[in-house]
Amino acid sequence: MSEVAKPERSPEAPVLQVQGLKTHLGASHNPVRAVDGVDLTLRRGETFVLVGESGCGKSMIALSLMRLLPPGGRIVAGEVLLEGRSLLDLPEVAMRGERGGSIGMIFQEPMTSLNPVMTVGRQVAEAVRLHDPQHAGDSRPRVIELFRQVGIPDPERRVDEYPHQLSGGMKQRVMIAIALAGRPRVLIADEPTTALDVTIQAQVLELLKDLQRETGMAIMLITHDLGVVAETGDRVGVMYAGQLVETADVRPFFAQPRHPYSRKLFRALPGPEKRDQGLDIIPGMVPPLDQPFPLCRFLDRCEAAQAVCREAPPPWQGSPGDGYRCHLAVDQIHLEAPVLPPRRHAAKTDRPLMQARNLQMYFPIRRGVLRRTVGHVRAVDGLDLDLYPSRTLALVGESGCGKTTAGKALLQLLRPTGGSVRFDAQELTRLKGEPLRRLRRQFQIIFQDPASSMNPRMLVEDIVAEGMVAQGLGGSRADRRQRVARLLDQVGLPEAALRRYPHEFSGGQRQRIAIARALAVEPRLIVCDEPTSALDVSVQAQVLNLLKELQQELELSYLFITHNIAVVAYLADEVAVMYLGRIVEQGPVSVILNQALHPYTQALLSAVPVPDPAHHRSVLRLEGDMPSPANPPVGCHFHERCPRAEARCREAYPPMVEIDAGHRAACWLVSEGQDEQVSDISSKGESE
Amino acid sequence: MMAYIVRRALYAIPILIGVNLLTFVLFFVVNSPDDMARMHLGAKRVTDEAIQQWKAERGYDKPLAWNVQAKGIEKLTDTIFFDKSVRLFAFDFGQSDSGRNIGHDISQRMWPSLAIAVPIMLVGLTINISFSLMLAFFRGTYLDFWGVVLCVAMMSISALFYIIGGQVLLGKLLNLFPISGYDTGIHAWRFLILPVVIGIVSGIGAGSRWYRTLFLEEINKDFVRTARAKGLSEQAVLFGHVLRNALIPILTGVVVVIPTLFMGSLLLESFFGIPGLGSYTIDAISRQDFAIVRAMVFLGAVLYILGLLLTDISYTLVDPRVRLN
Amino acid sequence: MPFQPVILATDALVYLLILLAGISAFYTHRHEHLQMPWRQVGRSRTAMGALVVIGFYVVIGLLDTLHYRPANGTDAQGNPRYATEVMSVLDWAATPLREHREKTYSAPFSTHLYMRETVELPDGSKVRDYPRLKWGGAHLADPDDAAMDIVQRSLLGILVGAGLWLGVLLIFARGRWAVMRGWWQDPAHGPQRTAAWTLLVMLSLVGLSLTLAGAYHVFGTDKVGEDVFYQSLKSIRTGLVIGTLTTLVMLPAAILLGIMAGYFRGWVDDVIQYLYTTLSSVPGVLLIAAAVLMMQIYMSNHQDEFNSLTERADLRLLFLCLILGVTSWTSLCRLLRGETLKLRQLEYVQAAQAFGVGHFTTLMRHILPNVTHIVLIVVVLDFSGLVLAEAVLSYINIGVDPNTNSWGNMINSARLELARDPVVWWSLAAAFVFMFALVLAANLFADVVRDAFDPRLRERS
Repeated sequence: MSEVAKPERSPEAPVLQVQGLKTHLGASHNPVRAVDGVDLTLRRGETFVLVGESGCGKSMIALSLMRLLPPGGRIVAGEVLLEGRSLLDLPEVAMRGERGGSIGMIFQEPMTSLNPVMTVGRQVAEAVRLHDPQHAGDSRPRVIELFRQVGIPDPERRVDEYPHQLSGGMKQRVMIAIALAGRPRVLIADEPTTALDVTIQAQVLELLKDLQRETGMAIMLITHDLGVVAETGDRVGVMYAGQLVETADVRPFFAQPRHPYSRKLFRALPGPEKRDQGLDIIPGMVPPLDQPFPLCRFLDRCEAAQAVCREAPPPWQGSPGDGYRCHLAVDQIHLEAPVLPPRRHAAKTDRPLMQARNLQMYFPIRRGVLRRTVGHVRAVDGLDLDLYPSRTLALVGESGCGKTTAGKALLQLLRPTGGSVRFDAQELTRLKGEPLRRLRRQFQIIFQDPASSMNPRMLVEDIVAEGMVAQGLGGSRADRRQRVARLLDQVGLPEAALRRYPHEFSGGQRQRIAIARALAVEPRLIVCDEPTSALDVSVQAQVLNLLKELQQELELSYLFITHNIAVVAYLADEVAVMYLGRIVEQGPVSVILNQALHPYTQALLSAVPVPDPAHHRSVLRLEGDMPSPANPPVGCHFHERCPRAEARCREAYPPMVEIDAGHRAACWLVSEGQDEQVSDISSKGESE
Repeated sequence: MMAYIVRRALYAIPILIGVNLLTFVLFFVVNSPDDMARMHLGAKRVTDEAIQQWKAERGYDKPLAWNVQAKGIEKLTDTIFFDKSVRLFAFDFGQSDSGRNIGHDISQRMWPSLAIAVPIMLVGLTINISFSLMLAFFRGTYLDFWGVVLCVAMMSISALFYIIGGQVLLGKLLNLFPISGYDTGIHAWRFLILPVVIGIVSGIGAGSRWYRTLFLEEINKDFVRTARAKGLSEQAVLFGHVLRNALIPILTGVVVVIPTLFMGSLLLESFFGIPGLGSYTIDAISRQDFAIVRAMVFLGAVLYILGLLLTDISYTLVDPRVRLN
Repeated sequence: MPFQPVILATDALVYLLILLAGISAFYTHRHEHLQMPWRQVGRSRTAMGALVVIGFYVVIGLLDTLHYRPANGTDAQGNPRYATEVMSVLDWAATPLREHREKTYSAPFSTHLYMRETVELPDGSKVRDYPRLKWGGAHLADPDDAAMDIVQRSLLGILVGAGLWLGVLLIFARGRWAVMRGWWQDPAHGPQRTAAWTLLVMLSLVGLSLTLAGAYHVFGTDKVGEDVFYQSLKSIRTGLVIGTLTTLVMLPAAILLGIMAGYFRGWVDDVIQYLYTTLSSVPGVLLIAAAVLMMQIYMSNHQDEFNSLTERADLRLLFLCLILGVTSWTSLCRLLRGETLKLRQLEYVQAAQAFGVGHFTTLMRHILPNVTHIVLIVVVLDFSGLVLAEAVLSYINIGVDPNTNSWGNMINSARLELARDPVVWWSLAAAFVFMFALVLAANLFADVVRDAFDPRLRERS
């Protein structure tokens, strides 16, 4: 399909070389050194992955290469050579020919990266007309061909649609089509899948791989996800505070990371094998970049640091494409095996703390002149859940499956349309006013976004005490203050935090304050709504440790809402998988992760990138997107995307069948083989 | 989509009823017709007969909202409220306090008003968009800075000074245009140029600065970065992407005022002696002709609501996000 | 007592405004994070310069707000009797300006009337000539010396201004030269330098008016011979009162209704939206015209209820503020409703809900403090528009009382004289200069404030 004539080059030929790149932002007397001396080389047909935590300067490298820096950004030193030509010396007019021509770029947010009032076809055509003189006259056939190339179904119709008519994954495909229009030698992809769900992420990453194989372009992929690195990368560069601290081929990197920072990152990753212990953390924070660094940037957080580290800036050891920035030889770097307290997982008791039956949360769709209700968005459509004391149930699903709505409906923050929620044998859905208000101290919630979860105009003391005041707990003002100080201590914050405002804290610290706030009313159940998805890996580890510790100490039950399977594997006792408002499979965490039966669970799990390049999984790719909950498909909601769908899947929704003790699934294929066995199963307690 | 527009149109009905009640209360309840009569007849010791006669001549002698003496439906219809307020819904504006037919006056006077307001809007829009687009193109440079300062300075000058300054400078000193007056038909243009020019100039400051903010807001959006990453030139980005998106708020902001153009410009018309609806209103205010003011309040509200409706419709035409939902 | 203090209705509101501003300044001072946007304002050269200009207007306006009745002899019991006429401290300070009344028009700095009159010469014969002014340049034996005298007085005035300036700077530097030199050399003190230069210009103008205004009519005199400079000074208070009190009186309704509509939604929202859509669909000028006409009727029918002309004019000014407020609260209400809709979705509001915090507490604790920046921006942005609106309304005769000094009234009365040849231009020029300086300063300041508090909030035209 590809028309690219593959030039005969040696596979080793570097396409893009970056030397000593320095990019500054802001005022010239006190600049932010966003990129501070980066060398890297991209070869034909290879994927180079830049990995790093937020604010380490990886996006700035990409924008520097494109010369698309935001206002106030400037390249102060370095050289960028594209096939031997210096890009930084080109006049702006000539640079335009390279942008979108020899270098294509795709961005993180497909939702906002396309012009909302222009058809997607025209947006691709713009790039074709600029960089493809052959098709400049009538670009439409070429646009359709590009659409087909990036796997957009029904391209003849799609080219005339507007961005808002396409799903997130489709928009990202359009972005890729734009980038491909100039037949680039280098494609820069800046977190191309971060805003997408895992099943869609898998589709897009596979597409990029396929396109690379077809065209032989070099890809520079920017990500924060070590799983994505293992999945797609040939070579990897680890960024820390504006510099590359390690460059390596992917396989050796995952086998033996060399830089202390890289090593610590791996240790902070949650996973099933670390279930019974805490996670290793990186103490401290990334230093602000508005200062010169005479020494190693990681020094303050490095436990392997030695005297030599405090004398001079670290040298680059090894070759430019395979080395690391540290004074110490690999065998000199001693990272203590962390002394991590063991973690117990509580056994299931007989009586659930919270029990939801057939929980429904419908939002009316109003149409017409009189705004009559013509239908419902069935965000939550018949949910059965049991939450046991001291245990964690993970509610897993992709965005739009209704998991957050379910959490809020359970806590009566949204009043459910139907069904029942019992807390300690008390029916919540019929409770109102003062009795419900008094009961609220028993169940609390922690939100995803640490930036908006606290009133910026309130002191931390008042934020944490808010629940106590509302519930009339904690006695006098002085007593309350003492208790708040104790709570802060419990979540690892100094007493001085009392008199400060939320904006003075980092994301991780704010999440701790949010946890302290929830704990202040001594709840028995906490709904954690994606509490770590806005955090970097090292910070996520701290918060997960804290949550686990608190659970053990205070016998809390958690409903953990997330899309991150690694966190589930680390934290959860049980897992419920949601699809389009309903639970499709539920069971103990080990069973779900290893012996999932529902095709959706299988597909979801197989789509998660695993940080291990040697890991070969049986990939089960899902096609298409999740249907709208306003108009779910007849029959099994999943049948349109299910690779194993049969005739009856299109006719009726499958019943929930118990397969094993506590393991249930709603799928015709599962219930078929299980019908006779179900009755046989004696109610064994699960081992844990 | 149609349903939405029909809904919006229906929403205008309670709003108009509200406006109607408001004007009724303001004109007949806060001050009784007796007060009005006394005010008009002026003299301190005005006789009751004179007041009664003044009221009878203008139909203000009926009960306000409920006629006890009348029979049947006339209890409601033979009242001031029905005669003076409810009839407005049929665009029956009645007689002015000086006895003229308001509806006829309006139909005569709206044309001169339009003759001034339409060119001011069209030419002004073109100039403002071009000027602000230039500022956006040179954003961050001294040209932009001083352009904005000029805009702020221009919008800090009262419209009165633009008019007086224009009349004195262009009309009186340079003798380029007649200072005031009007002519019928095609000859009117000589009298229109000066007010139109002044109207445009006085709007440049606020308009250009506002459009510049709109442009800059679009320029910072992600899709503009995408457009640059394609290799488009800055001009192509500005015209093809930024202008296109910023035009949506600009156009809908213009659409809302189109119907009210009929109302004319109060200041320009009265300074230049143009017989439009603006000077009609001003004259009514200074003569304290309540019937005309009341009619104009209602007419203005109708036109404004019409403008809101047109805005909704134009959104659905211009913005695919609204059109296709 | 030689005087009896008088507090007019608008005075009381001005004092209330000052009190509120003082309280919020104190509160802001105590809270570091509230100060941050103000610090950003303080770092802007434009804002600091504009602030100095506005400061001078505010001082004059405040002097004109301290009203009193002077003692006027004693009554039979020996108690002081007070004049019916209400004076202000500004009137007292500008006594020469107030009392130097000519017969009719005279040009700025002129020594002669603008109109010929029949003058009786010492020898008894009569000629038609431009007579000498009663006050303007009256100290000169020979009117031809005026130019020289004016130059001398100007230089003196500038010197006085510069002296005052140095004095003020020294007070700020706590009397130390080194501190002042530091300001001059440190690049971080750019905004302060701008403020200092603006201060020099303003103080020189003060010095000039001290030395010149007593001896000449610097902006001429109007038809009835009143000093135009004095009129312009008196108009400052009117402009400031309209620009500030209008927003003050509309704030409670706009804030309450706006956040209630956004927070409670449902039928509360429907009712409030209906209310402001209805009000805003009536063309503002017409609503004001109708209301002012009704007020005029009321006032002319209830003449005896007012103690003095001043009081009546003051009530009319207050009423104008009220009616302007009624027409302008809708846009703020709409903005606040939108912002509250966004805020109530935020997680801290939901967290409060999860604690069982009541609606009222949530509104007061979580919503209101987080919309105050919008209120502040709107107050500052609206100010200049209202000052301009006053002029237009007074021109259509639906503004302030014709007896109240205002720029609008100045323009209105001067415009009729434009047809005169040669043109009587000075009233217009004075009103233009005074208005332009205030509105420009306010606009520049408002821009910076908006950028500092919420750059994303677009003004609604």
